[in-house]
Amino acid sequence: MSSYALMWAAIVAAGLLAWLTKLAGHTVPERWLENPRVHRIAVFVTVALLGALFAVQAFTSGSSIVLDARVAAVAVAAVLLWRRAPFIVVVFAAAAVAAGLRLLGWG
Amino acid sequence: MPRLDRPRQQALSVSIATGAYAVSFGALSVAAGLDIWQTMALSLLVFSGGSQFAFVGVIGAGGSPGAAIATSTVLGLRNGFYGVGLAPVMRPMRGLRLAWASQVTIDESTAVALAQPAEDLEARRAGFWWTGVGVFVLWNAITVVGAVLGSRIGDPAQWGLDAAAAAAFLGLLWPRLATRPAQAVAAASAVLALALTPVLPAGLPILAAALVAIVAGWRAPRTADEVPE
Repeated sequence: MSSYALMWAAIVAAGLLAWLTKLAGHTVPERWLENPRVHRIAVFVTVALLGALFAVQAFTSGSSIVLDARVAAVAVAAVLLWRRAPFIVVVFAAAAVAAGLRLLGWG
Repeated sequence: MPRLDRPRQQALSVSIATGAYAVSFGALSVAAGLDIWQTMALSLLVFSGGSQFAFVGVIGAGGSPGAAIATSTVLGLRNGFYGVGLAPVMRPMRGLRLAWASQVTIDESTAVALAQPAEDLEARRAGFWWTGVGVFVLWNAITVVGAVLGSRIGDPAQWGLDAAAAAAFLGLLWPRLATRPAQAVAAASAVLALALTPVLPAGLPILAAALVAIVAGWRAPRTADEVPE
């Protein structure tokens, strides 16, 4: 399979799994998921993956740890989130900070 | 013009706010190397912001399609729990109605539904459907805008799109950091993923962070208020 076809297969598979997950929630007997341990793990999995995704996206390039313009950008993003700025403002501000710093030749 | 009632007003404002950030998803997906059609397909089929950002984040970092599927799916597991939480509001459902309700069961539709008074089932259902369908329509339409913009700008780093992706993950994470245990899990996961980045293939350090969640969730909480919502 070409890498393009493989990517399409991955997208369809991810979509199908996402839908089956949602469907399962609407159809399983309610008491199946009432176990507090299962519930806690489910909540923590979301937090854990988002934390890891953030760290890898902000501080790595390929297989190495890299500190560049993204550090300043996510610091600004954190301040804006703390000030309760809307999501879209936070994302655009981070892009602007990184783009601006790179224009100045840093990071 | 007739005034919209409370659940429909909330649904509209949430749909517009959420739909707007599909522009960043569209641009980031193209920057990660997917084409416009693949980007649109992700929004239509996966339709869960966190999972979609995760999928293109893993691909953009050089991860395999398998790692992208796994990360996207594990991040989407919470949507399954939303269906359970919505059971008193939505059940019974079958056929096309069940299929559609499943597709639009996301953070936002669940939040607006459950924000209505518990005794007002009609308002809760209206909140769910109006938000779910509203976000679906705007999210998919604005994904196209982002993907087209993203395909025309050349080097993504020059425009700070890599920083934008990091900020997007931080923005998705932020509202979930209300409790001490959640903060600890996020910090430990970030450190573990960074520590594993030099030694594991791309994508796997992110998945490995799920182990932190399992370990943290397995042990019994010391107090009742430690259980996060």
